[in-house]
Amino acid sequence: MSNKVQIQSSVNGEIVDFLCDPQETLLDVLRNRLSLTGTKEGCATGDCGACSVLLDGRLTCSCLVLGVEAVDKEITTIEGISEKDGLHPIQRKFLERAALQCGICTPGLIVATKALLEKHKDPDEETIRYWLAGNLCRCTGYDKIVRAVQDAAKELSYEA
Amino acid sequence: MGGYTYVAPATVADALTILSEHKNNGTRAQVLAGGTDLLVQMRSGDNAGRAIVDIKNIKESNNLVFGETETFIGAAISSAVLNESEKLKELFPGLLEAADLIGSTQIQGRATIAGNLCNASPAGDTIPALIANSGVCVISGPSGERQMAVEEFVTGVGTNALSSEEFVLGLRLPNPALRTSDAYLRFIPRTEMDIAVAGAGVSLSLSEDGTCIAARVAIGAVAPTALLVEDAAEAIVGSKLDEGALSKASEACSGAASPISDKRGTAEYRRKVVGVLCKRAAVIARDRALS
Repeated sequence: MSNKVQIQSSVNGEIVDFLCDPQETLLDVLRNRLSLTGTKEGCATGDCGACSVLLDGRLTCSCLVLGVEAVDKEITTIEGISEKDGLHPIQRKFLERAALQCGICTPGLIVATKALLEKHKDPDEETIRYWLAGNLCRCTGYDKIVRAVQDAAKELSYEA
Repeated sequence: MGGYTYVAPATVADALTILSEHKNNGTRAQVLAGGTDLLVQMRSGDNAGRAIVDIKNIKESNNLVFGETETFIGAAISSAVLNESEKLKELFPGLLEAADLIGSTQIQGRATIAGNLCNASPAGDTIPALIANSGVCVISGPSGERQMAVEEFVTGVGTNALSSEEFVLGLRLPNPALRTSDAYLRFIPRTEMDIAVAGAGVSLSLSEDGTCIAARVAIGAVAPTALLVEDAAEAIVGSKLDEGALSKASEACSGAASPISDKRGTAEYRRKVVGVLCKRAAVIARDRALS
């Protein structure tokens, strides 16, 4: 017997319909039902931030949200960050600054950075480090990430 | 996993009906707010099927009400939203700091103060801060609403006073009187994202000349539940928070603690640290009350 629920939600600006189990996480829905595999599973307990998405504009771990909670919500994943004509400035700065090695944490970090720079246009290093404390990276030592975020903040403030 | 259902009632009455139905049928139902504890529990160990009753669509659970004499914080409001309220931060800076200490930006986007309380971890950071502020739980149940002081709500490690037909709708906090403020401090071995080794919340009121005329001191992570330490409050009431009074308060906190030893700290260490935190939190609360 299946007690799957039909859900309508908005993902990266598109209305999507999906069926999911009541206990299924939004992370599993994104990856397994909507084939949006940019969002990564790290710990699945809300500690590592690899699965970060924006839920109605607010940064959350998609592993700690049920798929059924996504009804009528707006979800932004890493796939929704890039721009029509190419990479988002945050993505570009991560590449330029070599702010990644294995890349598993990168989608979550970029989504988290987007949320940070929407709230704080010109964050100081301490603000950046506290804001991103929920995104674990075992490769870079974080310094290059902080530089990339600072560069992105500069570029985005010039654009505005 | 199997046998899960999910409902998101729009009213308190509907939520209570659902909870009562499950009680009468002998089936399990669990209330969901932010889910930052619940989803982890569902994944690790306790994965048995149940009805998840999401209270985020209930209007009252989302209310933040600044009344003349008290403030109501709905159970479904996330820490991130609460910390964006300048008014709330002005009223209860210590409580908001406690909420802000829990988890990452991501966690704070979902986690709620009421959830932290209901989860009833001995180390829940908001619990001592709520107790210091004379917080009261507003509990919805089949016979209407009942109120319960926060210090009575948590009954043990991971257990609370709710029946299976009840849920916490929100928290009531009396608005601080003139020259009254609060503070919460915890100790963790790192700078961020950890569980308290010990914590202390203090709220105090001062007279015009700076004498403490009322105080509440609560400690966390040093006993099965957060504790209201009346002896610590008595030690500082009537004083200007001189070293002698603060030391007495500190000793009262250390004496009230009954900590365990674990990888985060020994019992002896926790007992000592909780006293130090009480002193420091009292000084911060005093400085805030004077500013």
